[in-house]
Amino acid sequence: MAGPCHHVRVSVAPVELDEPAASEEVSPEHPWLTIVWNDPVNLMSYVVFVFQEYFGYSRAEAERRMLQVHHEGRSVVSNGSREEMERDVAAMHGYGLWATLQQDR
Amino acid sequence: MTRVFSAADDAVVLELEDLERAILDDLAQQVIGLLEPDDAPPSDPLAAMVGIGTETEPPDDPALARLLPDGFTDDPAASAEFRRFTEVGLRQRKVADAREVRRGLEGASPLRLDAEQARQWLGFLNDVRLVLGTRLGVTEEPVELAEDDPQLPLFGLYGWLGVLQETLVESLMPRHP
Repeated sequence: MAGPCHHVRVSVAPVELDEPAASEEVSPEHPWLTIVWNDPVNLMSYVVFVFQEYFGYSRAEAERRMLQVHHEGRSVVSNGSREEMERDVAAMHGYGLWATLQQDR
Repeated sequence: MTRVFSAADDAVVLELEDLERAILDDLAQQVIGLLEPDDAPPSDPLAAMVGIGTETEPPDDPALARLLPDGFTDDPAASAEFRRFTEVGLRQRKVADAREVRRGLEGASPLRLDAEQARQWLGFLNDVRLVLGTRLGVTEEPVELAEDDPQLPLFGLYGWLGVLQETLVESLMPRHP
């Protein structure tokens, strides 16, 4: 991901300790995942904006997932039925983010 | 100099110089040209209406492929099926964003964008940067170019589009605490 153009704006808000990691958030009856991948063009701020606008995440949660994409190369951003994940992936493509869906194994 | 700020009524106000407007309009035309299929619309009117296409393979052009990516990393059959059901709509959305930008640029200066128009501008700027970034082979590493490198102006354009997008995102962020 491309860093901010003028100044760095990274949240220092503490991540809640009881918040499970993304991979643990998948409920067994919803075995499909939407994954957003890192790419060198998308702005960090734009990715946060998309995560907040589309998924309704708080700023802190959207930034946590954006940073996971940036540092780890990918982040699970939603889980659900295959149909729901196809909708989420298509929406991410609409915003220009690189996303895929897969079954959680 | 480009100026972006939030107005009291939640609109985003965008001040652009004439040259900047001309450049953006030209880029919007190029994006539309890239995304509008060369071939005739699907002969099946119902399929055309519900947006089911015939395309199952990612585009050969890497820049276009970045705008219309696969839905699966390791399942070509599922990717093909996903593309058949989503690509037409995705192209239409991106073309609509670029058309909205062109429409806005025809109006008086400064531009006033409501929330939906601002989202369309962001989508368009992102699409242009994806195309340019792919063409220029942008990576996360900083680029060093000689002063006479023919690609220097394009990197300058790419950088300016990034600043414009960043500024627009920031002007929308206060609505998302």
